[in-house]
Amino acid sequence: MAEIPAEQVQRRRRKVLEVRNLRVHYETPTGDVIAVAGIDFDLYDGETLGLVGESGSGKSTAAYGILKLVQPPGRIVEGDVTLDGDELVHMNDSSFRQIRWTKLALIPQGAMNSLNPTMRVHRQITDAIEAHEGKQDKEALRERVLELFRMVGLPQRVYNMFPHELSGGMKQRVCIAMGIALHPTVVIADESTSALDVVVQRVVAQTMLRVKQALGVSMIMIGHDMGLMAQMVDRIAVMYAGKLVEVAPVETIFDEPMHPYSQVLIESIPSLKERKPLKITEGITHDPRNPPPGCIFQLRCPHVMERCRSEAPPLRELLMRHEVACHLYNDDGSLIEGAKLEAAS
Amino acid sequence: MAPPVLEIRNATKVYRTSGGFLSPKKEVVALQDYSLTIEKQPASITTIAGESGSGKTTLANVVLGFTPLTSGQILFHGQDLATMNRRQLLHYRRNVQAVFQDPFGVYNPFYRIEHVFHTVIRHFKLAESESQMRDMIEEALNVVGLHGVDVLRKYPHQLSGGQRQRIMMARVYLIKPEVIVADEPVSMVDASLRAAILEAMLGLRDELGVSFLYITHDLSTAYQVGDRINILYQGSVAETGTTVQVIDRPQHPYVQLLVDSVPAPDPAEKWDTEIELPDEEVLRSATSTGCRFYPRCPQRMDRCLEALPPLYDIDGRGHEAACYLYEDEAQMASAP
Repeated sequence: MAEIPAEQVQRRRRKVLEVRNLRVHYETPTGDVIAVAGIDFDLYDGETLGLVGESGSGKSTAAYGILKLVQPPGRIVEGDVTLDGDELVHMNDSSFRQIRWTKLALIPQGAMNSLNPTMRVHRQITDAIEAHEGKQDKEALRERVLELFRMVGLPQRVYNMFPHELSGGMKQRVCIAMGIALHPTVVIADESTSALDVVVQRVVAQTMLRVKQALGVSMIMIGHDMGLMAQMVDRIAVMYAGKLVEVAPVETIFDEPMHPYSQVLIESIPSLKERKPLKITEGITHDPRNPPPGCIFQLRCPHVMERCRSEAPPLRELLMRHEVACHLYNDDGSLIEGAKLEAAS
Repeated sequence: MAPPVLEIRNATKVYRTSGGFLSPKKEVVALQDYSLTIEKQPASITTIAGESGSGKTTLANVVLGFTPLTSGQILFHGQDLATMNRRQLLHYRRNVQAVFQDPFGVYNPFYRIEHVFHTVIRHFKLAESESQMRDMIEEALNVVGLHGVDVLRKYPHQLSGGQRQRIMMARVYLIKPEVIVADEPVSMVDASLRAAILEAMLGLRDELGVSFLYITHDLSTAYQVGDRINILYQGSVAETGTTVQVIDRPQHPYVQLLVDSVPAPDPAEKWDTEIELPDEEVLRSATSTGCRFYPRCPQRMDRCLEALPPLYDIDGRGHEAACYLYEDEAQMASAP
């Protein structure tokens, strides 16, 4: 890993985004589906946070909650999101529109469907710029768009093209260019590379890394590919059934995961290094409308105890910068008496 | 020696668009001169890997008989699929089964899980009595690590994606085919549940002698379970060999790029080089006669434009790459 200069270390102690007790529900005829069940996390200046979890864990919904893009029947039930001192959840729509793109931007999942097929590429970007900064000189705008293209590695001729003339990788780069057009403080990338072939994925991922370095933005990367996470993020937040179960630096999650679900997640990553026996985990998650009392992972947990069935474990900082929501550990991070992690796994 | 279970000989599939308003007629070669042999013994898992557009799904479609070949043959125990009569085709379909990518779309949501089994048992007349049927279903579920009481009376939406995909494996087990074409069977299943499906595949191979065509874009899972691997690039084989040979020591420049691009799940091992992609225009102008990888190849030579390179045997042990870089080595390896 590259050395981090002291000045950057200072910067990294500053929180740019604070999420507190965010809850998002989807209304269904048979009761609310609890997609995000009250999560807390911080994003520090200049860092990339990976939000990982399986499909249905609520990771995308959490991101859309932060962006206030949750569509009915979904709604933000409660919670606070603070971006650079501004509270977002209760902010009125017109003020929030000012913040979207300029302070908080999204690079969406399917770049294929995120661009207007009837608009040339440059218009989609200049529209966003002019909507925020007002009418501008044509030539200056053009220069700005081309500069963005250079940054994300798009050739100049893309300027006048329509989205359907671009490959998947290029469309994804147009979306990156749009995301950074107004120099946002925080960019949220929702599975931005998961629909791409592996070689193209690597090119786009490296583009994102480079752009992030150059602009010094903070980023939340949502995904399920642990390989990609290992390459790109500084910290990882593991989500399961709407809750955060573990938050720690990326190296810690890979080397010493503490929550039983994170352990399963790490052990089931296939590697190109060794052919290892497959680690099988069973299970089905609970009905999201009706979570059981206690820990959300109890139905699949290999170490489940009596206490887990009645009392939900809070997310606690057990070790330096290492938060875990599990009854297996004491407050100092040691295993509780009688717990045998090794034997059971 | 008995003919192999399945043999694909020089299979070529060309898709033609009829052309329409404002669009000229186009020909797309989805699969070119592709050959593959699957022997009866020992049963094996052959991985077909490649990026989108490499022809891997076309291969699945022609093997399953969904679409005819433009030229070439598919032989099942020596008999050509194209010349089979109705009865022989039924026999073929029974012995070459499929497991598809989407474990959500293959179920009828109105029926309980048991319906899947009842249908197939009735169709192929597998059981003579109710009790025999129940025993067969239970046995099949046990092979994939499930129990009848847990799943049979449930509806598809009550099961996880991994369980649904394993039930598809159990259904296939009932039929006891010789070959299973598995088209991306784990790509829509969450990572923590994939292992159970791959384990079910290994069980079918070892206990029942079923061979697999495992079609995937995911080299990591192929590395865990595959015996041999074929890496396709734009319709033809770039490299083939045992999975370990190819992934540990890739030879073809495309395969080297591909293996190198798989993100290592280890934060201590970050990408240290940047790779570039050529323009789309360059890619589209790829020659139709020469090597398809020419526009992107870092080691391209003039002769790569002349003709599609054949597969050269690199080490005399079945590791082959379709690249002129290995022409000399192949000659040396074949010399006495």
